[in-house]
Amino acid sequence: MPQLLNYLKETASQTAGPYVHIGLIPAMAGFDIFEKNFSNVLVTPNTKGECITLEGNVVDGSGTPLRDVLLEIWQANAAGRYNHPADRSAGRLEEDFRGWGRAGSDFESGLVTFDTIKPGAITDKAGRKCAPHVNLWIVARGINIGLNTRLYFSDEEAANAIDPVLNLVEPAVRRKTLIATRNERAGKVVYSFTINLQGPEETVFFDV
Amino acid sequence: MNAQAPALRDPRLNRPEPFTLLGDGGFFQRDRSMHPTAHAPGYKSSVLRSPRQALLSLENSVSEITGPVFGHNDLGPLDNDLIRNYAKDGDPVGERIIVHGRVLDETGRGVPNTLVEFWQANAGGRYRHKKDTYLAPIDPNFGGCGRALTDDTGYYYFRTVKPGPYPWRNYVNSWRPAHIHFSVFGSGFAQRLITQMYFEGDPLISVCPILTTIPDKDALDRLVAPLDLNASTPFDSLAYRFDIVLRGQRSTYFENRTAGN
Repeated sequence: MPQLLNYLKETASQTAGPYVHIGLIPAMAGFDIFEKNFSNVLVTPNTKGECITLEGNVVDGSGTPLRDVLLEIWQANAAGRYNHPADRSAGRLEEDFRGWGRAGSDFESGLVTFDTIKPGAITDKAGRKCAPHVNLWIVARGINIGLNTRLYFSDEEAANAIDPVLNLVEPAVRRKTLIATRNERAGKVVYSFTINLQGPEETVFFDV
Repeated sequence: MNAQAPALRDPRLNRPEPFTLLGDGGFFQRDRSMHPTAHAPGYKSSVLRSPRQALLSLENSVSEITGPVFGHNDLGPLDNDLIRNYAKDGDPVGERIIVHGRVLDETGRGVPNTLVEFWQANAGGRYRHKKDTYLAPIDPNFGGCGRALTDDTGYYYFRTVKPGPYPWRNYVNSWRPAHIHFSVFGSGFAQRLITQMYFEGDPLISVCPILTTIPDKDALDRLVAPLDLNASTPFDSLAYRFDIVLRGQRSTYFENRTAGN
């Protein structure tokens, strides 16, 4: 018998369940416990870049929006730089922009919103420009392992057309499931998205 | 002149680059056979909420090997003490327990300074949540959530009361085994994980429709925390040990510092 590699195995995922808010957004469960809370607001008055709202639903196979889903986003700043030591790119780092937020869907409408800034384009290891995007992670009752997807921006047509990840999506007709639509509402920029868990418009999910 | 000043030109640059075993910082490919399937009909909620198309495999880019960084400034002093962090006029009812362990990656290295969040029902199996209507009472002294940052070795611990089992609508007589929910970050967003910890000896484990979504028996067993009498506090609290393994990471070198090593 050859030598053993002895790697450990990743701990199995389990659903976040219907009461995920208790641990991750206690105010939504109906109580106040922590001195400091995480939220769906990523921006401070000092954050550089275009302020935007991401707004959308996660929809099940019957066409019904999930009303107990939790989303997290992870994104670069307006200069295309992630606030993490493994990002060695040249863009300017902003210490007070973590680039991460979490939101629970509204218990009635299922709507999820984030107040953030539009991230800048990113340069990958091979030096290719990647279109601006927000990384999304989705957990809920009935979702056994967190779902990874991305949101790209409808007004970045040229950048999206050469983005190396979007170009991996086949058939190409599914690429549109990753693109949030830009609207302006009362002077605010809103990008709308729909995550379809199933059906002909099923969103592209990634095994990252 | 400072003898330690770096040379302006590295003489090696004029030679062919030596072969070195430098990783790209990407994570080990996720072994999906260790996880529940998305579509697991025995857990009925998964039927309408499971993607049906194949996942698109993505080699890790900077978007996946990076992730949010948390620090002690994000936490309060009572965040890892569920016995005290919501106490109004006394301690919560239930078996006092300590839960402790390490967050490791698949190479066995501890994952330092990473955020671990946990939430649970009270000793009667009732959650402090406006959508939970189970008839067991709310405990006025128990919130049911907490969080901790691992230390330099990946170690975490917290104090709580043992949660109770509770019924739920899957089959008409489905009961969840006692469990604590865990959320863990790791160093990159691709390591993000939510799971549940169960307790050694619980007879509801083998009949739980959520636990049995995991096809691999050993993977299921690794979610069961053993009683750890050595870590208990005599005349005060029992202890359970729960180690959590996140995906391994290939090395990457930058600024003479090794990440993932």
